[in-house]
Amino acid sequence: MANTLFDKVWDSHVVRQVKDGPDVFFIDRHFIHEVTSPVAFLGLESRGNSVVYPARTFATADHNTPTINQHLPVADPLSANQLDALENNAKKHGISHWGLGDVNNGIVHVVGPENGITLPGATIVCGDSHTSTHGAFGAIAFGIGTSEVEMVLSTQCIMQPKPKSMRINVNGKLGLGVTPKDVALYIIAKQTTSGATGFFVEYAGDVFEEMTMEGRMTVCNLSIEMGARGGMIAPDNKTFEYLKGRAQTPKGADWDKAMKYWETLYTEENAEFDVEFTYEASDIEPMITYGTNPGMGIGVSKSIPLAENVEGGVETYKKSLGYMSFNEGDSMIGKEIDFVFLGSCTNGRIEDFRAFCSIVEGRKKADNVTAWLVPGSHKVVDQINEEGLDKIITDAGFVLREPGCSACLAMNDDKIPSGKLSVSTSNRNFEGRQGPGSRTLLASPLVAAASAVEGVVTDPRTILNANA
Amino acid sequence: MAYDKFDVLTSTAYPLPTENVDTDQIIPARFLKATERKDFDINFFRDWRFEQDGTPKADFPLNKEIYAGSKILVGGRNFGSGSSREHAAWSVYDFGLRCVISSAFADIFKNNCLNVGVLPVQVSAEFADTLFAAIMADPKTEINVDLPNQKVTLVATGESESFVINTYKKDNMLNGFDDIDYLKNIENEISAFAESRPF
Repeated sequence: MANTLFDKVWDSHVVRQVKDGPDVFFIDRHFIHEVTSPVAFLGLESRGNSVVYPARTFATADHNTPTINQHLPVADPLSANQLDALENNAKKHGISHWGLGDVNNGIVHVVGPENGITLPGATIVCGDSHTSTHGAFGAIAFGIGTSEVEMVLSTQCIMQPKPKSMRINVNGKLGLGVTPKDVALYIIAKQTTSGATGFFVEYAGDVFEEMTMEGRMTVCNLSIEMGARGGMIAPDNKTFEYLKGRAQTPKGADWDKAMKYWETLYTEENAEFDVEFTYEASDIEPMITYGTNPGMGIGVSKSIPLAENVEGGVETYKKSLGYMSFNEGDSMIGKEIDFVFLGSCTNGRIEDFRAFCSIVEGRKKADNVTAWLVPGSHKVVDQINEEGLDKIITDAGFVLREPGCSACLAMNDDKIPSGKLSVSTSNRNFEGRQGPGSRTLLASPLVAAASAVEGVVTDPRTILNANA
Repeated sequence: MAYDKFDVLTSTAYPLPTENVDTDQIIPARFLKATERKDFDINFFRDWRFEQDGTPKADFPLNKEIYAGSKILVGGRNFGSGSSREHAAWSVYDFGLRCVISSAFADIFKNNCLNVGVLPVQVSAEFADTLFAAIMADPKTEINVDLPNQKVTLVATGESESFVINTYKKDNMLNGFDDIDYLKNIENEISAFAESRPF
């Protein structure tokens, strides 16, 4: 029988199948951060267990770290306590730890690939739903709960039923101003916020083949936002070129051996998926969300759908628009905004900062906008500086902050105030996600940049066309 | 962490028909800063239960006295979407709930519930509507959740539907077992497997 990429990687990690139960599933790489790991370590210790393979777990602090003055002690005692817990647990159990200020520190889903920890054909988990990011490399990667974090620490396995398979093809060529974020938001809008629940997705077709590794990470990152456990893309030369020479990738003969395996990681011609969808690149425009889940997205030039035209309950839909203070039929373009957030594990990589700068270069931040530009890691910061993007950012009236998850989930001080409207390159527009009462419009770095300079929701194509 | 066994539960239920309830609503991120697992009930549905000044919102079902003490929550479709935070499942449990019924659950939340002793019961959209209608008509409506027979029943009318759970997870819930005990028990098999991994 012809196998899918997903089958190949999944099946090779099954230690045993439990009769009428889940698979005992082996985990190659495990990332931990300060928020979802402390209780797992408490559980581990209370049972008298130890970390069986400390070299397979990697700790980085990101969720509630401040994004200014990282050289100073963390002011919030609860955040400081979690950061200390991560550091102490890592030290005690012999786990590598990239704490605040470490050159390798940054958002877990940014630093994993950057350091070559993420590898094709690997299984990767983390107590964070956006672990799906790592699927961009042809890994099976997904988020887990804290009980499962403890399972991985103490046994290197979790117990998972094998998800069903879905392939999403996007063919053709993307238009001006259409980024990987827009491709993902378009797919999620088509699938709805729950359409892929129970599935693991493979992304295929011209658009993903053409896409950079950063772009692929953005797309796979957002798989969870349509309910999928994860998403993956078959590794190719771009993948291998990205990985070669990174700090923790295999070297020399080990690399050659790994390459032999990685080259087998593709979906065979007649392999079958439980479901398959195909979309056309030319149908996708820059996207923006208008509601309180990531499935509520439309082309930025469109208006908010009427309740009678949406799937699902009318009450829920109206509650959502009520929270946003929007009306059915409203145009998104021209809505006055208060905040712009560039960053997160979705759009906190170098390419996202390049895109943002392509719009703001030679322009000025609008006075009514507060902007938080938060790189995903220190390596991204270094790259921004090397490429001179820092000057473009500063000249346009923006300030670059220090790495972390920041206003994506507002666990640190980067909270959007109640009622304020934010254009955000992050991944969730849930009620209060960016701070109690905050209102979030998810969009690409280009839409965020265009809106930041105009002070209202803006179609980046108007600026890109003017630049051309 | 050990949890109470689950066998047969008969209880009134909180109705929460809103769809796509995400885990940021179940427990907002700013309340995830604990390093111990305790008292997550306090901030369960924090921003839906309370005004920003801390005043309870009287019309929110979880605040209504008539439902107080219910051990079941009947939620709208796609319950528990979003973040993988197990804190959401802990807050359900700490609030005194042992069962969530919905016509669809997000995967990670469902897994987390099973791992902490909350039974997620998936029913058809029609049966979920029947349950909501019954609770609206009579807030004291009792629902019987029978894990051994995998059946959920409206006590007053006898209307029922069976639900799916794999035998392994069912045995865990019935006996209060958990996955770590299982995995530690096959440690040798796992270490042999680990040896064979290329990286």
